[in-house]
Amino acid sequence: MTAAPDAAPGAVLPAPRRRPLVGLARAWRRLPPTAKVGAAILLFWVVVVLTIQLWPLADPLKMVGRRLQEPSAEFWLGTDALGRDVFARTLHGAVWSIPIAFVVVACAVAIGSALGAVAGFFGGWWDSIIMRLVDVTVSFPPILLAMAVAAMLGPGLLNASIAMIIVWWPIYARLMRAQVLEVREREHVEAAVAGGAPSGRILVVHVLPLCWTPTLINATMDFGQVVLLAASLSFIGLGATPPSPEWGSMISEGATRFYNWWIAFGPGMAILSVVLASSFLGDGLRDLFDRRSA
Amino acid sequence: MLAYIARRLIAIPFLLLGVASVSFLLSQMTKGDPLAALVPERMMDNPEIVAAVKAQWGLDQPLPVRYGIYISNLLQGDLGTSFATRRPVAVDIAERLPATLELVFAAMIIGTIMGVGLGLLSARFRGSVFDGLARIFALIGSSLPIFWSGLILLYLLSVRVALVPGTGRLPPRVEPPPDVTGFYTVDALLAGDLDLFAQALAHLALPALVLGWAVSGVITRLVRSSLIEGLSQDYARTARAKGAPERVVLINHALRNALIPLLTILGFTFAYLITGAVLTEAIFAWPGIGSYAVRGAASLDYPAIGGVTIVGSIAFLLANLLTDIAYAWANPRIKVGG
Repeated sequence: MTAAPDAAPGAVLPAPRRRPLVGLARAWRRLPPTAKVGAAILLFWVVVVLTIQLWPLADPLKMVGRRLQEPSAEFWLGTDALGRDVFARTLHGAVWSIPIAFVVVACAVAIGSALGAVAGFFGGWWDSIIMRLVDVTVSFPPILLAMAVAAMLGPGLLNASIAMIIVWWPIYARLMRAQVLEVREREHVEAAVAGGAPSGRILVVHVLPLCWTPTLINATMDFGQVVLLAASLSFIGLGATPPSPEWGSMISEGATRFYNWWIAFGPGMAILSVVLASSFLGDGLRDLFDRRSA
Repeated sequence: MLAYIARRLIAIPFLLLGVASVSFLLSQMTKGDPLAALVPERMMDNPEIVAAVKAQWGLDQPLPVRYGIYISNLLQGDLGTSFATRRPVAVDIAERLPATLELVFAAMIIGTIMGVGLGLLSARFRGSVFDGLARIFALIGSSLPIFWSGLILLYLLSVRVALVPGTGRLPPRVEPPPDVTGFYTVDALLAGDLDLFAQALAHLALPALVLGWAVSGVITRLVRSSLIEGLSQDYARTARAKGAPERVVLINHALRNALIPLLTILGFTFAYLITGAVLTEAIFAWPGIGSYAVRGAASLDYPAIGGVTIVGSIAFLLANLLTDIAYAWANPRIKVGG
């Protein structure tokens, strides 16, 4: 035995010092142009959400002009059936859609990753129970499960969000489980086990930090899909309820006023921009960090 | 491979039981009194009627017994009674299913033709302007909110230029053809009524195109990438060395290998199709099970949504199973877990 007898159990070599900002800047330069466009669009919507009070916009809930006016210099996207400014409502819609999608993805990642990591790392009964739960959840067509849960809980954005988290967590459980299963077999983990580190510590310190790449790429791509599903639920009448300027419910108002196409035009373009942006950015990130699955 | 398929087949009943159990739990957690939906308001005072209804639906039983009743009803094809239509959900769904299937089949055909065609051209002229346009077209197709694109196209093509008729499966007050398959287009042909066939086809065209476009996005992407991979393989080089023109290399060599991943996306696109069908039906007033579920969701008609959910899940599981089998069968190199 040549190892120092006083080495702490599970001790590892000090990691090379990381400089995250430099790495980030380098990654940004290597992103393909489409991914940069996607990032810019997403950033635009985040800025809109954060600064919506500062914009010189009409009140999205008040009547500001004649009803059902076509787009004009005064009302860029026209007015709806209650004389509200559609352009202002479209921008205000981001305040609903963007944070909700963020929370739904974050919760689905947190729940799914935690369960997937436990299933992959501890195996045995944990694995069986969690993965059977995943199997049953993904046996439902997503929109039908979301509709059933949202209808059971009653309409409203909070309930729609819960429904979407229930739909989305299994994806992250599967992703994380597969990653953990792979990383678990690496040599540094074996070394930590030999060093006598407790299994919880091995999972958190030695395994998990190496498992996030596919999850983060997937989460970026799913962001737009969550916006889309949230809008779909609102369109059906299970998400946001009328006066609020949510994109899906604005389109459903537009659907009842068929000839006034402009009511639905803005929110539809907004949804499209978010979905495209997040799939551009997700694609770019995947090319950069995860060449295998590209 | 047989062992793999057998294992998948054995798993299906358990997954269905899981699906049914989740549906049951959801129906039990529903807010609102199920009695209120079953008993007309003026009969609520009558304790005998209330007791009789409770006994009939097992509402006076504890939860495990109700679960047993629910599962045994399901096994007999009883999905409960819709609060809104007051008819058995299974009857409602059976009546509306052909409309959905007709839409989904038409969309699948359009989506596959569009997707394979664009994918082929895009791989053949890789890096050209056409390639870029085809990829953007595909990406937009799979990113568009379908309830919005349907609405806008309906406005443009039906209101602005009267190219397609409005919503529904047939013009108002036109009798549907005698029921054989439930597909109006096929039934009209079988009845020899070409005029009716044209009308049914015209009504089907736009919703199927909207849904097909959404599906074609996924297919284009996949066909393009697997063709490009195929074109760089040794067999493609060999074919070129023997003097085969690029067109032949693409069709006879690369495309043949791209068919394997194409099989798998049949299952993959199914989720898109169901989601898309639900929303497309809502926009086009298409009397299928999707619009039934949407109406059920809006009126909190739980048995209706629950029934569509179970039927949709069965279809989803079967589609995935068929995909796996097709994949294992088409690609003997892949030994799926023994």
